[in-house]
This record gives sequence, C-alpha cells and structure tokens, in this order.
Amino acid sequence: MTEPAPVRVFLVDDHALFRSGVRAELDRSVPDVTVVGEAGSVAEAVAGIAHLRPDVVLLDVHMPDGGGAEVLRKVRPALPDVVFLALSVSDAAEDVIAVIRAGARGYVTKTISGRELADAVRRVRAGDPVFSPRLAGFVLDAFSDRPGAAPPTDPELDLLTRRERDVLRLLARGYSYREIAGELFISVKTVETHVSSVLRKTQLSNRYELSRWASDRRLV
Amino acid sequence: MAVPPPAGALHRRRSGRLVAGVAGGVADHLGVKVLWVRAAFVALMAVSGAGVLAYGLLWIFVRQESATVERTVSGRERQQALGLAALGLGVGLAASALGNSAIGWVVGPLGVAIAGAAVVWREADEAQRRRWAGAGARTGWRAALLRVVAGALFVAAGIAVFLLGNLDMGQVQFGLLAVLATLVGVAVITVPWWVRLVRDLGEERRERIRETERAEIAAHLHDSVLQTLALIQRQSDSPREVARLARGQERELRTWLYGAGGYRRPGASTPADAGLTEALAAAAAEVEDTYALTVRPVVVGGDRALDDDLRALVLASREAMVNAAKHAGVDEVSVYAEVEPDEVNVFVRDRGAGFEPDAVPDDRHGLADSVRGRMTRHGGTVRLRTHPGDGTEVHLRMPVATLPVEEAAVEVAAVEEKEHAP
Repeated sequence: MTEPAPVRVFLVDDHALFRSGVRAELDRSVPDVTVVGEAGSVAEAVAGIAHLRPDVVLLDVHMPDGGGAEVLRKVRPALPDVVFLALSVSDAAEDVIAVIRAGARGYVTKTISGRELADAVRRVRAGDPVFSPRLAGFVLDAFSDRPGAAPPTDPELDLLTRRERDVLRLLARGYSYREIAGELFISVKTVETHVSSVLRKTQLSNRYELSRWASDRRLV
Repeated sequence: MAVPPPAGALHRRRSGRLVAGVAGGVADHLGVKVLWVRAAFVALMAVSGAGVLAYGLLWIFVRQESATVERTVSGRERQQALGLAALGLGVGLAASALGNSAIGWVVGPLGVAIAGAAVVWREADEAQRRRWAGAGARTGWRAALLRVVAGALFVAAGIAVFLLGNLDMGQVQFGLLAVLATLVGVAVITVPWWVRLVRDLGEERRERIRETERAEIAAHLHDSVLQTLALIQRQSDSPREVARLARGQERELRTWLYGAGGYRRPGASTPADAGLTEALAAAAAEVEDTYALTVRPVVVGGDRALDDDLRALVLASREAMVNAAKHAGVDEVSVYAEVEPDEVNVFVRDRGAGFEPDAVPDDRHGLADSVRGRMTRHGGTVRLRTHPGDGTEVHLRMPVATLPVEEAAVEVAAVEEKEHAP
C-alpha cells in the first residue's frame, strides 16, 4: 500500500485558515501525501506550481482574479503532467462543470474528511477521475435525452454508452469504484476506464447543458 | 372606501381628485369636508382672485402623497365641484365688473394661460404617478404628449394676447428676441450641469439598487448564519450539537444560493409549488436535523410535480433514511433519485452495520409498515439489499403518469438557446 515516493500536493485556496486545516490533516494522518507548498491567489499559484512541479494541485473554485479555472488555463498548457483536483464549498452545477471543463481531473466538496481527501488525491494521481455523487448526477442530467433537446452534433462525444450510464448511476448512488465493479461484474480497471471516458466527454462535448453551465460562470 | 391617511404633513391627493388634489389634501390635513375647502377657494376669488393664486401655490409646493389610497368620486361630489368652479368664475367676473383690474387679467388672456399651465402641471403629476406605478407603464404617452403640447400652446397664446393688448408691436418683437437669446445662452452655458445632473441621477439609482441588494443579503445572513454562529458558541461543549447546527446552516445557505437541486442560479425566484426535488431535500433535511448526520440527495432527470403517489414515495424514502440513521451507525447516508418518464426510482444507501432481513426483531416495524406498506398501497415496489456488516440499500420504485414539471423548463431552455445562438 505504501508507495515509494509520497504524493506531492500543492494547495491553492484564498482562505489561509482552510489551507492550514487541510495541510494539518494531510500531514498528520496521511503519511504518503505531503503538502509541498500553498498559494492564496491566482498569481502565487501559477508561480508556485511552475517552480515546485507538484504531482497534484488541490484547487479552490472561487478565488479573486478568475478563480480556479484561471489557474488551470495558465498552468496546463506549460505543465500538462500536473493533475488538478477541484475542492470547493459550492455545489452548483455551474461551478462544478465549469472547473471540470477547464481541465480538472476531479471534484470534491470541502466537507470531505481527511481520509477521503487523501484517497481522492491518490486516485487522481494514478490517472483516474474523482466523481462526487453530485457531479455524477449533473453529468447524467447533462447527457440525458430529454424531449426537445438538440440532436447531438458529434455522437462520439455527445452520447454516453449504456455501460457509462450504469457506472455514473452507481456513482451517484454513492458506490465506490470497487463496489461498482462488484455490482456490474466487471473489473475495477474497467470501471476506471468508463469513468475516464465520461470525464473526457464532459470536458469536450458540446452538449448544450454543459456549455451553458460553464458559460454561466464565464469560465470557458 | 378606504381609510384616508392620518392627518399629518400636508399632501396632495393622488386619487379621488378633480384638478390637482389640493382641496382634498387640505381637507385631509384639516379634518374637514372637501366641500368646505372648495367653497373657501371660491370665496377667496372675490379678493383679487386670491383663490386661484392660493390654489396654484399649494399645487407647486405641496407634494403628492406617495402611498396609493383608493378613493372614488361620486357623481354628486363631481357636480358640486363643477358648480363651485363655475361659481368661482362668476365671482371673479363680478369682481372684475366692479373695477378690480387684477381680476380682469385673470379672467382675460392670463386666465387662458393659467388653464394651460394647469393642464401641463396635471400631466407632470400623472407622469410621477406612472413612475410610482412601476416600470413598463408607458401606455397612453401619446395622449399625454398631446395634452402637454396643448397646454403649452394655451400658455403661449394667453401670454401673447396679454402682451399684445398691453404693449406695442416693436417692443414685443424686441422683448421676444431678448428672451430667446437669453434662453439659448443659458442653455449653452448650463450644458455640463445638465449632463452631470442626468449622470448623477443614474449613478444614484444604481447605488440604491446595490444598497437594496446588499441589505437583503445582510438581512438573510443575519437571520441565518449569525444566529447559528451565536448558537454554536453557546453549545461549544457538545460536538454533536455543533455539527448538527453547522450542517443545518450549511444546507439552508446552500439551498438559498443554489436551489435544492444545485441548478438554480443565484437570485432566481423559488417556484411556488415544490416538486419532487424540494420535497426530497426537505425530507433529507429533517432527518439530518433529527439524527445529526449527513444526507445529501442527488436528483437526476428533472423535477416533477408532487401527486399522492410521489408524496408516498417521499415519505417512504424519509422512513428509509430514518432507518439508516437509527440503525446503521454511520454519519452519512446517500440518497439518489432518478426521474424517468414512466417511473421514479429512489435509492437510499448506507455503508453501515446492515442486518439479516429474515431476522428483523419485532420492534422494528419501520421498514415493513412505513416503507413497504406505503409503497405497495400506491402501486410501487420495494427492494432491499443488505447483509450484516455490508451496509443497506433500499430501492423504492414508483410508477408515475403525471406530466413532468420540466416541460415548461425545456421550453424556456429552448428560447434561451435561440437567444444565445450566434
């Protein structure tokens, strides 16, 4: 279970109190995750990430000067290997979808426990997306074929397969990847593949709901 | 007839008036009948036309009342007022015949000018009233413009005739040119002042709107967040209570900001009749408050109006949440609802103790009666998956026939899409 090198995490949040709380929680209880730096503004974050090259950036959605999406836009072209996990108090579709479409690998709310946060960090580090039940619900809604919806322009991106839909449904019901694998009689690896594919479609699809939610926050 | 406003500062009446509401306002202020006030104005006409002067001055300096009070003018009162006006005219003529020159002017061309001014002023009152009535009340502006122009013509004609009768032509020409030149000069000089006035007015209005919004948010935060923080400080020795308060407040604020489903944009109004999403969120909130744990419902597939079947489904879901809260020994319960065209599925799941379904003790009727009984009575089904140490999931399925609430929402979305289209 213990990995050879700990996951190096960089914290971006404009609330110093919250940063120190997360840092204390991760340093105290999770040995294989270390916080290597933190930033309280977009400019600090861009400079800090470029300098320290962390494995995972925990990114607050709401910050002055453009928020988490602005950090993503400035850092990702130069450093495509850095993985972003969005962390926010907001539960609104506009915020969640906007930051996912800007390139974050996952989204968790700030009420998450330290242990769960460490799990999420390890998972995005390993390349798998992290979908909270609510994010899964939003994505299911965005890809639903309700009457009156515009026909998909790119079927490969604008439609979910039945299996992906099943996986999302179970995620929304609060199942872990392992539990989903057991439920659908597939391997955990396959579940991860499906979720990655859903993440890619969420980021790239031109479905009306997705672009609307994202543009409502003017983050795309 | 509504109760008139209490006597206090003098205000002109906005409703139930004949000319400008001056007499009515004075009557309200003095606590006497309108008829007596009007009669007093007529009597003043005998004193060098002081009645008209007094009425005009009151019109200029007394504000309209700002509150809308419903009044009706009876035909009898209207007749009385017209009679009094005619009487006033007669009194003025009689005084003029007796050699009072001031009255002669009033009844002559200057009378015409005064009538014209009255029409224009009355229109200004109307404009103010329309502004109070709210934006979008732009009906009838053509007639209003016509009245203003007619009134202005009356004034101009009256003054012109008066001047022509008293002065010779050359002086009038010179005077008119001088007046015109002065007016143009003043207009040119004061342009920056006018521009600033208009800009300040707009700025002030924006400022006021911002202030109102800020006050509303401050009031909400005071009623909710600050109260809760005060409670938390007093309960700080009980972690369970603090967690319960914090979670309840978080939920309340979240709903206020984003709506029950997480889709509402800030500032949008809440729908009048709550649908399934709100009902499930409310049920989850009750369970959270009662048992101090986290229940976060996720609803997929749009909203639906509540009917009896769906209400039963919500109650059964609530009972399943309560069961999980009581017996599972966890601090989080997952609730997932999926609305499909012909059925609604709700999953209530915990990762807690679980149990052997066949070995449920007799005192645990909750699941059998409240959940299964309720669902089967309304044509729904219940499926239970549990195992000791493996958590519990209750799957509630309810067939539905009602039209979804979201049909209207889809139409709105389609309209928005058109607007957003490049």
